[in-house]
Amino acid sequence: MFKRLSIVISAVAVLGMILTACGPAASTYTCTDSIGCVTIGPTDPIHIAYLLVVSGANSALGTDSRNGVEIAIDDMGGKILNHTIKFDGEDGLCSADGGQAAGTKLAADPTIIAVIGTSCSSEARAAEPLLSAAGFVTISSSNTAPDLTDPTSPNHYPGYFRTAHNDKIQGAAAADFAYNFLNIRKAATIHDGSLYADSLQQVFADNFKQDGGTITLQTSVTVGQTDMSSVLASVASGSPELIYFPIFLPEGAFLIDQAKTTPGLENTKLMGADGLYSPDVMKTAGAAVEGFMVSSPLVQGAAYDAFVAKYVTKFGEQPINIFHAHAYDAFNIVAAAIQKVAVVESDGTIYIPRQGLRDAVAATKDFQGLTGVLTCSASGDCANPVIGVYVYHAGQYPPELIWPTKYLPTPTP
Amino acid sequence: MNNKSSYWVKTLQNGVIGGGISLLLGMVGLSLAFGKTFVITGVITMGQIFVLAPFLFEAYLSVRNAPSKKPLNLLFIGGLCGLIGGAVQAALVLIGEVVNLRAVLVNVSPDLFALLTFNLSLLPGVLVLLGVSLVTGLVAFGVFLLPSRIRGALSQSVMVIVVLGLFRDLIVTVILHWGVVQYAFLWIFAQSGLNIISALIIFVLVGVIAYWSSGRDRKAISLARTPRQQRAVRWGTLGLLGVLTLLLPVILGSYFSEILDNVGIYILMGLGLNIVVGFAGLLDLGYVAFYAIGAYTLGVLTTSEAVGLLHLSFWLATPVALVVAVAFGVILGLPILRLRGDYLAIVTLGFGEIIRIVVLSDWLKPLLGGSEGIQRIGKPVIGTLALINQQQLYYLILVGIILAGFIATRLKDSHLGRSWMALREDEDVAEAMGINKVTTKLLAFAMGALFSGLGGALFATKIGSVYPQSFSFIVSINILSLIIIGGLGSIPGVFIGGLVLVGLPLLLSQFADFRYLVYGAVLVIMMLMKPEGLAPEARRRLELHGEESGPGPQDEPQVVNKNPGSTGGD
Amino acid sequence: MLRTWRQRLTITDIFIWLIGLSIAGIVIWGTISTLRQGQYSASIWLDLTIKGLALGGVYALIAMGYTMVYGILKMINFAHSEVFMSGPFTAVFVALGLSSSGFLDRQPVIGLAIILVVSTGVSTLIAVLLERIAYRPLRNAPRLVPLITAIGASFFLQYAFRGLYGSGSFGYPAIKALQHSWTFAGIQIYETQVVVIIGAVLMMVILFGIVQWTKIGKAMRAVSEDKEAAELMGINVDNVIVFTFALGGASAGAAGILYVLLFPVVNFYMGFFPGIKAFTAAVLGGIGNVPGAFLGAIILGLLESVGPNLFLTGLGIPSPSQLKDAIAFIVLVLILIFRPTGILGEVISKDKA
Repeated sequence: MFKRLSIVISAVAVLGMILTACGPAASTYTCTDSIGCVTIGPTDPIHIAYLLVVSGANSALGTDSRNGVEIAIDDMGGKILNHTIKFDGEDGLCSADGGQAAGTKLAADPTIIAVIGTSCSSEARAAEPLLSAAGFVTISSSNTAPDLTDPTSPNHYPGYFRTAHNDKIQGAAAADFAYNFLNIRKAATIHDGSLYADSLQQVFADNFKQDGGTITLQTSVTVGQTDMSSVLASVASGSPELIYFPIFLPEGAFLIDQAKTTPGLENTKLMGADGLYSPDVMKTAGAAVEGFMVSSPLVQGAAYDAFVAKYVTKFGEQPINIFHAHAYDAFNIVAAAIQKVAVVESDGTIYIPRQGLRDAVAATKDFQGLTGVLTCSASGDCANPVIGVYVYHAGQYPPELIWPTKYLPTPTP
Repeated sequence: MNNKSSYWVKTLQNGVIGGGISLLLGMVGLSLAFGKTFVITGVITMGQIFVLAPFLFEAYLSVRNAPSKKPLNLLFIGGLCGLIGGAVQAALVLIGEVVNLRAVLVNVSPDLFALLTFNLSLLPGVLVLLGVSLVTGLVAFGVFLLPSRIRGALSQSVMVIVVLGLFRDLIVTVILHWGVVQYAFLWIFAQSGLNIISALIIFVLVGVIAYWSSGRDRKAISLARTPRQQRAVRWGTLGLLGVLTLLLPVILGSYFSEILDNVGIYILMGLGLNIVVGFAGLLDLGYVAFYAIGAYTLGVLTTSEAVGLLHLSFWLATPVALVVAVAFGVILGLPILRLRGDYLAIVTLGFGEIIRIVVLSDWLKPLLGGSEGIQRIGKPVIGTLALINQQQLYYLILVGIILAGFIATRLKDSHLGRSWMALREDEDVAEAMGINKVTTKLLAFAMGALFSGLGGALFATKIGSVYPQSFSFIVSINILSLIIIGGLGSIPGVFIGGLVLVGLPLLLSQFADFRYLVYGAVLVIMMLMKPEGLAPEARRRLELHGEESGPGPQDEPQVVNKNPGSTGGD
Repeated sequence: MLRTWRQRLTITDIFIWLIGLSIAGIVIWGTISTLRQGQYSASIWLDLTIKGLALGGVYALIAMGYTMVYGILKMINFAHSEVFMSGPFTAVFVALGLSSSGFLDRQPVIGLAIILVVSTGVSTLIAVLLERIAYRPLRNAPRLVPLITAIGASFFLQYAFRGLYGSGSFGYPAIKALQHSWTFAGIQIYETQVVVIIGAVLMMVILFGIVQWTKIGKAMRAVSEDKEAAELMGINVDNVIVFTFALGGASAGAAGILYVLLFPVVNFYMGFFPGIKAFTAAVLGGIGNVPGAFLGAIILGLLESVGPNLFLTGLGIPSPSQLKDAIAFIVLVLILIFRPTGILGEVISKDKA
């Protein structure tokens, strides 16, 4: 079989060499970009890839982001500058090895202009060196590890951006809210062993202690755990006023549900982060969800409602968590930057300078997105620095915004 | 007649099964995910193939197993089978018009209906669907009528077309790597899949070649060669393979080198598990424990971060990691010495989980990094050359595999290897024959731990960081599947199993969401078709297919004196 | 007698005993320090115990199905976790429908019965299909081959269900009729917990009864002792095996509904961890017998719930509940050191790895 295949290949090659006559057409544009330019022929698509986790226990995270981008593409009519958008990508498996494998594959494809990804910060640390070396723009909708946009950190690579919040911002906002708005003085944190949760709860704890509060316990659960009795018992023994658990479903739902039946925690306030901003929280925590708070980007409003309607029509299910909004904005930022820097020839050929594109994304200012007004910093943080805190009411979705007070909708007289 | 009327029932059943499979592929979203992936641009997409292939398959089965051989009957059988399959799909579309199936089955969407009705409106679409499925059934009948050689050639060329069209992106990535030569091949492909002209050319070419080569009796040809020619062929092939192996990373580019690196590390670990499970018969489901220990030991010893211990170089730290892994192999081997069978399995599974939990825990976070893992792991440096990219690491991994393969092969035929096999066959008898159970079992574990620790160390240095998520139970399962698919106890089997089971999912990353679906299906199908593995030991093949062969071992070369004149001299 | 005992004892046995005793020692020391610290009151321990019993009950339901199939076919049915998942994951849509129409509140018993029937039906169907397609052709293959097939089937089913129903999580509606709770010795005992424990005991009695006292149960035991002899005695082995799988599937489906009373969230990978825990429980109790699986599961549930806080807080280990699975496995090793065939297991005569 192998031998046969090689004979076919050589025969086809010979035929091909005979049939191939013309070379590429002459052009009037010379590329002066420091990295290089992508040449897109008149009928070629604009290739934007994704590096997200779409299989395994974390698949909801990546699938949701990918769905957000697909809606953004639909909203643009499927085309940028009259060229079709080709959107495909790789599964990062939310692990460093997955990220490295996916990153290697994407880096080997010179037609890719930008990558929407990654989902998990561990993927990013492994993939970004490769993607950056390939000249791509990488823009993430859910990476939150601070070192990725810290210019002094070796994990920071040029060309990396994100529309998701840096943990430093979200954790500090949550601590500020708890200490100053709710007047909490004793809190406990629970993480789930993921980089995102662990890093976020640590930032929260550090800020809370700096403000003057006490952290009674920092503990964790494991992904896949359903019985939370032992961890809640150890939290209860410290009698905290608030438990901060920036984790995901379904562990978050179990904690909400079982905290109410743990002696000592019946009246303790519960707070999560944007991983728990999801209609599934409503569906799975039942009546116990009353009073549960989450920190999240400011997404509510008519634009977001329209987005959700499109999502349900296209995918048949409600949006799974909140990161699709970041993904939507991420894609639109890249699309806007492409439209700004692309050199379009009369026959439809496009040249996109890679470093020019990076600079254009970094220069994004006052961009109106689903998650607010976005301005990108030079080191890559594009997220709206304002974090909102919402509270869930039983039977009602979306949750109600309660902080910062200046963003609250004014009550109708 | 009784036979025929009951066969109509069987045909109906087959049709429903075909429809059911197609329905399942549609409902889980596989057909839709590939609805836009053309195999031949403008002609047929992979999604359509997923819809129609089950009909073809079941119709062919019906026709082949039919009791009556009259062509007219077979025509009806084939057509009916295909038609029923189509009817099942049509029923879905019609029901879907009335009931909102999407509330429960998220992928039964308007897009799926559009795919099934070929983008026409409801009534004409359903009619076209029924028509196409009927034609598919008739095609199956037609294929059955063909003489077997043409049929074989036809199926080969169809397979080549589908593979080339489906993996177009991957192949183009490799071709673009070849510089000037690329233009010779790039024209074959369109934006998605093959273009029509190249599809026709390839179809004809492969068909002709397959037909011609199926007429040759390969065994007779190879037996007719003189010993000198046989030797030349053997050394020539080995030499070619050797050169190819050394040049692979250069030819194939960075992505395929990445795949080869992963395959290599898994093969390394497979060689180790092959000793534990294959030679010694100890069912170890927690093999990932030693992998993690090797990786983390290397990480802790070489990282330049604060959490590291001695900041050694890769070459100094690796032997330490191996020693630690072997030590753990002995320690973990002790409590399970008296366990047998599935008790052994669950305890080893437990060990794998314990190690994963421990490296993830907050308790050992100051030492092992917890959820943050360990970063900045040292790369191997030879003189001034640092082996940092996939192509360079390939050679290091290759060295590791050669070493491990050599050790495993020598051990297999040694006294120790035979003790392992005796232990595997019957523990009590082995003990009665004087084999020291304890040392033999512990040595098996130690060797397994050694190879796995080496694999872990190479893994850690390849990625440059270790995180607890990489060391889950799935890794143990993957390695176990690898050696069983390759053939338990057989060393070449490990290589083949590695290429198939590790290379395949990486190649199948096209399937993204459905990667594990396809992986699971491949495992099941492989076990159903070839339970002894792809390259089994001779003895095993006998065990599993013994009743099918005649008297005497069927894989022993038959000494056939075809040319009484030539006795092998020059 | 002492002399023969000393002759039989080898260095390795001593080593193994030492390991066992040191693990036990650490566990006991940790327990004593925790209790001395007094961080938790007696009512907290009681509460954890009740929760552990309920959790154990859930594990028992899954473990008993596992162990029955193992007893007959001597194969580890890895796909049992997906059989377990398929029932409640399908029935959740029925439950949501019944709840939103108010039917579930008006007629809780009938509503629950409908949900139970759907769940049991789906799980049984999947189990029977599994046996027919994946396991029957491999009846006589060496034991590792069906293991790989089971693993492949497990992946396939997981992702097939993900494709069917999506990758999100769904919640079971709360059943108003089961929201009652009683106060006892300072803690709350919930009606759901009681239902689960009673349900598990009931299921064990039913399954044990079927195996011990019915004709088909006798056939099951005969096939598990010696398949060929049973066939020679006129037993239709195929039917018995299908029945066993169906029974295992049905119990898994019922287990699923009781599971969601305690943990009302379902998604496509919910079966994976409970499946492994159930397998551990079955081995702990002695694989192949139903009361053993029940006992092993109860012990496992208690260990998970009470264990981390009891053993590890005293030793000063942070985040003890992260290590609860490790504790469960270490205790498993401990018990298997002293009783290599499980707590209620018989000594296996010649079955090898």
